Amino acid sequence: MAPVDDPRPDGTAATIIEVSPDDARRVQTPTEAKGEPARKSDKLLKVRNLSTHFFTPDGVVQAVGDVSFELGYGETLGLVGESGCGKSVTALSIARLVPDPPGRIVSGEIEFDGIDVLKLDADEMRHLRGKEIGFIFQDPLTSLNPTLTIGYQIAESIRQHMGLSRDAARDRVAELLTKVGIPRAKDRLNDYPHQFSGGMRQRVMIAIALSCDPKLILADEPTTALDVTIQAQILELIQRLSDEFHTAVLLITHDLGIAAGMCDRVNVMYAGRIVETGTVDELFENPRMPYSWGLLDSLPRLDDVRGDRLRTIEGLPPLLIHPPDACRFEPRCRFARDVCRQDEPELTQRGDSAHFARCWATQPDGWIP
Amino acid sequence: MATQVAVQGRPIEARRGGAGLWSDAWSRLRKNRLALLGLVLVFLLLFAGILGPILAPWPYQVQDLPAVFANGNRPLHPGAPNHLLGTDNLGRDLFSRLLDGARISVSVAFVVQFVILLIGVPIGALAGWFGGRLDNLLMRFTDVIYAFPDLLFIILLSVAFRETVFGQALDGLFLVFVAIGITSWVTVARLVRGQMLSLKETEFVEAARAIGVSDRKIVTKHLLPNGIGPIIVAVTLGIPGAILAEATLAYIGVGVQPPRASWGSLIAEGQKYIRSEPHLVLFPAIFIALALIGFTFLGDGLRDALDPKLKGKQ
Amino acid sequence: MLTYLSRRIFWIIPVLFTVSIITFGLMHAVPGGPWDSEKRLPAAVQARLNAEYGLDKPIHEQYVSWLGGFVQGDLGPSYRFRDRRVNDIVADGLPTTVQLGVMAFILAVLVGIPLGIFAALGHNRWPDYLSTSLSIVGIATPSFVLAILLIVVFSVQFGLFPTGGWKGPQYWVLPTIALAGFPIAVIARYTRASMLEVTRKDYIRTAHSKGLRNQSVVSRHMIRNALIPVVTILGPTLAFLVTGSFIIERIFSIPGVGQFYLNSITTRDYSLLMAMTMLYAFSVAFLNVVVDVLYAYIDPRIRYS
Repeated sequence: MAPVDDPRPDGTAATIIEVSPDDARRVQTPTEAKGEPARKSDKLLKVRNLSTHFFTPDGVVQAVGDVSFELGYGETLGLVGESGCGKSVTALSIARLVPDPPGRIVSGEIEFDGIDVLKLDADEMRHLRGKEIGFIFQDPLTSLNPTLTIGYQIAESIRQHMGLSRDAARDRVAELLTKVGIPRAKDRLNDYPHQFSGGMRQRVMIAIALSCDPKLILADEPTTALDVTIQAQILELIQRLSDEFHTAVLLITHDLGIAAGMCDRVNVMYAGRIVETGTVDELFENPRMPYSWGLLDSLPRLDDVRGDRLRTIEGLPPLLIHPPDACRFEPRCRFARDVCRQDEPELTQRGDSAHFARCWATQPDGWIP
Repeated sequence: MATQVAVQGRPIEARRGGAGLWSDAWSRLRKNRLALLGLVLVFLLLFAGILGPILAPWPYQVQDLPAVFANGNRPLHPGAPNHLLGTDNLGRDLFSRLLDGARISVSVAFVVQFVILLIGVPIGALAGWFGGRLDNLLMRFTDVIYAFPDLLFIILLSVAFRETVFGQALDGLFLVFVAIGITSWVTVARLVRGQMLSLKETEFVEAARAIGVSDRKIVTKHLLPNGIGPIIVAVTLGIPGAILAEATLAYIGVGVQPPRASWGSLIAEGQKYIRSEPHLVLFPAIFIALALIGFTFLGDGLRDALDPKLKGKQ
Repeated sequence: MLTYLSRRIFWIIPVLFTVSIITFGLMHAVPGGPWDSEKRLPAAVQARLNAEYGLDKPIHEQYVSWLGGFVQGDLGPSYRFRDRRVNDIVADGLPTTVQLGVMAFILAVLVGIPLGIFAALGHNRWPDYLSTSLSIVGIATPSFVLAILLIVVFSVQFGLFPTGGWKGPQYWVLPTIALAGFPIAVIARYTRASMLEVTRKDYIRTAHSKGLRNQSVVSRHMIRNALIPVVTILGPTLAFLVTGSFIIERIFSIPGVGQFYLNSITTRDYSLLMAMTMLYAFSVAFLNVVVDVLYAYIDPRIRYS
């Protein structure tokens, strides 16, 4: 199965993988769950010391500062935090979609399936995007091109990366639409985004993300713009499909409940840093960082007394233009002491599992047991 | 609870200057080089127009015939002893006449826009505020005006009333103001109406109503100040059109009457000498260009500066 | 869609009607008459002419009779060219004027849009500066100034093109450029602004996230969406071409229909003036409708709603 460069009618070159008829059928039918895909490394995604800055007229915004984490094949990792904490920028950095100018990845390493992402040239990166890395964006209304049919928009990446003919691509699109739960898929191929409801549009986005069988899906607040009742359906869909195709998911959300329901592990981000990381159980049962406490505490509970005010974390995150050389959460922290104002804590282990937190107080020698 | 000030980083509340709409807009405008250029050009035009009669070395209509005769009966070139930019074939100093033209352009620019606001704002406000049948009626009326090929209507008015008292006023300028103003108010009216319609439904209007603020107060104190941004932009961007219309009218001989020196008439007069004395056409053309560029850049800059969507985004 | 279309077309009628009334009223309210521009005619002759042309009747009767003729396609006799009917005068000149307008429009679109796209794609680099500079020249130069400059440079100085007339293709070049100058600049600026706005849209980010090549993103996603708002200024562009053509016709001595407009006003040639005004008003209104319909058609959000 040698790749062949074949000029397409519009003059662009396509890489067509010559396949036998049996293989062709298999490539075109996503409904069969394939076996585990070939793995080139022990972890799918390794992010090490990633820093992404935005160079604005007002100064350099250090949106993501020295972030490191790993994501295994088929694993679901949550990136949780409030607006502006850098979670979206982290995801965009992985796919090298950060708008440049004004943003730039200034340091760090990103290793995807054994490939050094930051060393790829533009074309190689393009091959990665869409084919190996799928993206689900937050607002499906603005993220879909209003003047192209959804069938076309889904088929675009299929034809680009898999070199299928128009008809073969259409078939695959119809199957994808059915898979994401859009009824009468074949009839809706020629419809435009505005002819769908919000939940349906997000399903279309999911179809686009999954269209080329990626190894990783970056889901940036996939349900924030949707009705609550639809949210559950979409999340369930993402979970089911990622299980079926062994796709890893990096789920970005500000909603702890969603993270709890879908993720294996969770990274809590604050002010551009990861402040706690662990499995869902570890985080929810034994959080070791005051910000995490605040987050969990702020969730309304069924056994709350009616009439009580909702609990919030007072204050606002710091400006990231000149981040302080201290714990970034310190101004809002009830447990802060002098050391928190003087030095920024590192991510250190808690217990003997892969549960880390960035806090002086909860360290083994700290003042909170 | 530690306050923001204790953080070593810059506290969130620190911003450049006030955070009001106008100061934000002004600082954005300042950074826009083209807009600043436009502002400079506009100021120069205003300066020339207002102080023209004082700055001009000659009254614009005086003919220095001896100088022309001495030059072999030809207009003088720039750099001549008493005439900085030369003269026309009747010996009238070009620089002074250009200044008169500036005066005319400035008055066209501002008077016309004033007329436009005078007509357009009330009509648009009424249509938008009351809605319903009044709105419909007014909008149909604006459709008619809009359908009128404006230049042609201006010409029609100008020529038609040329011989009347009203047409003779201000050397024909008055008629030009009216004609251009009557055909151009539609854009502003529609804009104001649109603002009214969208702002009318916003929550702060409901809140004001709930407290019992009178309708008139709501319109004047709340809606107009908020909606005024696009109006300013529309007015500024409408000025080039007015200046161009006046120049065109003067060129075809219909607008301001001689011996007034509208830039358009200067071009018409200078046409025949273009091969030997091109300055007679070039200078007025350059001045027109600078005036048009100035207001266009300024208008663009204002639009970018006042656009709320750009607020905070770099 | 169809109801929208028919409603828009329907509204042309009352609009034209109002235009005709206003023009007719204005025309007759103004001092002077059609016989003034010639040497003093004896009163008796004037009276006879007035009777012959129905000028002695009350004004509303005159209007009605004009209207009656108009709806039947009869534009009346010319007051100035007394041996000709207005229909013939217009028929002689109209094709030329339409040809000039169409050519200028095509030139404006074919040059303006690519210029704007070029500027946007090379944002803040030399393509942007070049294109923007050209646009600035275009908007700062009135069409009559451009015409004069073109004549002086290309016709008189270099002898490449004739200075006036309409006898063949080489006569078309300079007038078309002169007329199209301003629209090119406006269209280019608008296209550039629209493209830049589209660049910031979320769906462009989605397109990049799919790993599409840059060329595809630009051609399939950006240009298509950016051109939709540009259609909205085609209406005013066409209106400009319609109304601005008469000045170009004058300067280049083109035997179109525009030359009659100005003269008909000064000489009080009532029927010719009415015909010209109605012609222009109808063109502007009709072309605006065409543009609106085109816009509704190419934007799927409107077409399928």
